[in-house]
Amino acid sequence: MSAFAALLRRDLRLTLRNGGDALMVVAFFIVAGALFPFGVGAEPAVLARIAPGLVWVMALLSVLLSLDRLFQSDYEDGSLDQILLSPQPLTLAVAAKIAAHWLVTAVPLMIAAPVLALLLSLDPALLPPLLLGMLLGTPTLAILGAIGAALSLGARRGGVLLSLLVLPLYIPVLVFGAGAVAAAAAGEPFQAPLMALGAFLLAALALGPWAAAASLRQAAQ
Amino acid sequence: MHRFANPNRFLRLARAVFPWAVGATVALLGTGLYYALFASPPDYQQGETVRIMYVHVPSAWMAMFVYAAIAVASASALIWKHPLADIFARAASPIGAAFTLLALVTGSLWGKPMWGAWWVWDARLTSVLILFFLYLGHMALLNAFDDPARGQRAAAILALVGVVNLPVIKFSVDWWNTLHQPASVVRMGGPSIHPDMLTPLLLMAAGFTAYFVVTVIVRIEAEILARRVRAHRLMQGG
Repeated sequence: MSAFAALLRRDLRLTLRNGGDALMVVAFFIVAGALFPFGVGAEPAVLARIAPGLVWVMALLSVLLSLDRLFQSDYEDGSLDQILLSPQPLTLAVAAKIAAHWLVTAVPLMIAAPVLALLLSLDPALLPPLLLGMLLGTPTLAILGAIGAALSLGARRGGVLLSLLVLPLYIPVLVFGAGAVAAAAAGEPFQAPLMALGAFLLAALALGPWAAAASLRQAAQ
Repeated sequence: MHRFANPNRFLRLARAVFPWAVGATVALLGTGLYYALFASPPDYQQGETVRIMYVHVPSAWMAMFVYAAIAVASASALIWKHPLADIFARAASPIGAAFTLLALVTGSLWGKPMWGAWWVWDARLTSVLILFFLYLGHMALLNAFDDPARGQRAAAILALVGVVNLPVIKFSVDWWNTLHQPASVVRMGGPSIHPDMLTPLLLMAAGFTAYFVVTVIVRIEAEILARRVRAHRLMQGG
């Protein structure tokens, strides 16, 4: 467990000292999300109707864009080989890296989500289901993304490939995440979609680090 | 299973099977199409458009069957390093993608007169679309690396991750209240479809399977020969 904490601390420190990286993703989230009022027209009624889906899609794309730094720098400077050689289980190391990535990417996104929601005229009463959904859904996105990032490590045109691999797997999270907000907007209880997101998270937590570790191992062979 | 890890032994077996598979494809698709287009009754509600089913349903079955076969091959490639399993996965992936696309396109052609729309975001349609994307990702990953072996291992893991989608496709019509009709052939209490329609459907499904065997043998053989050519070129230092 101390290895987990050490790796988590190292990754957090690396990202925080590099400063801009984490904020860049948040900036993308807001800027790209702010394009939609220009595209679909700035009528509040239209925007409010599509805002939950937009916030979710933007969050998903932001997580996707940030995935390339999950393993890439470690792969390039050789720290990944050290992690692979260490006696600690690789699954645990992968879990630590995913946790660190989630903390520096998804948590800022959740803080920024109300801002984007405001820009898109989302009803403030719908923020709780949106944020709860993101809290349950973004870890799943990070875990699935880690599998994709490990699979496409060192590939030609890795970024495009990564999105092709990961986006289909993201669809269920998007469906239920936006579904929770839509249910709340219709005045219906939104526990069921949130529970589905929780179920995805548990399944991803149980299987994901294992699959990502297997992909990393074959990437480093 | 490891008996056939030797490409020569496999090729000998494949070449023995091949003419039979070609014959079965021609015979089954021929009789199946005859029954499907002429000898089966039109549906009492859907009229003649029901005949789309005889292509749509077998291709959807094949889309899932081929993916499952790729997943099994990928697992044996990862676990036992079975050399032909990798070749099979590489050979079968585009065929499976083609069956998936065929299922989607025929479904769309069928959906327009029946549901009034080319496409609806129904759970069954969405999950099959995801299956198609998984095939695309699998093919892209196979060819994304300078070292083909690396691409094969990565694609094998992706194929195994994507298996979660198969039960979702199968049970999507039961879990969600969908526009797509529920299972009517493989279900508890026997098929609910009339024997006059079931016969051509099963003939077509068997024909599609035989066709898959034919194409996969051709593609595996080509891949083995391509590898041999590559090895010879390397030996000659050029």
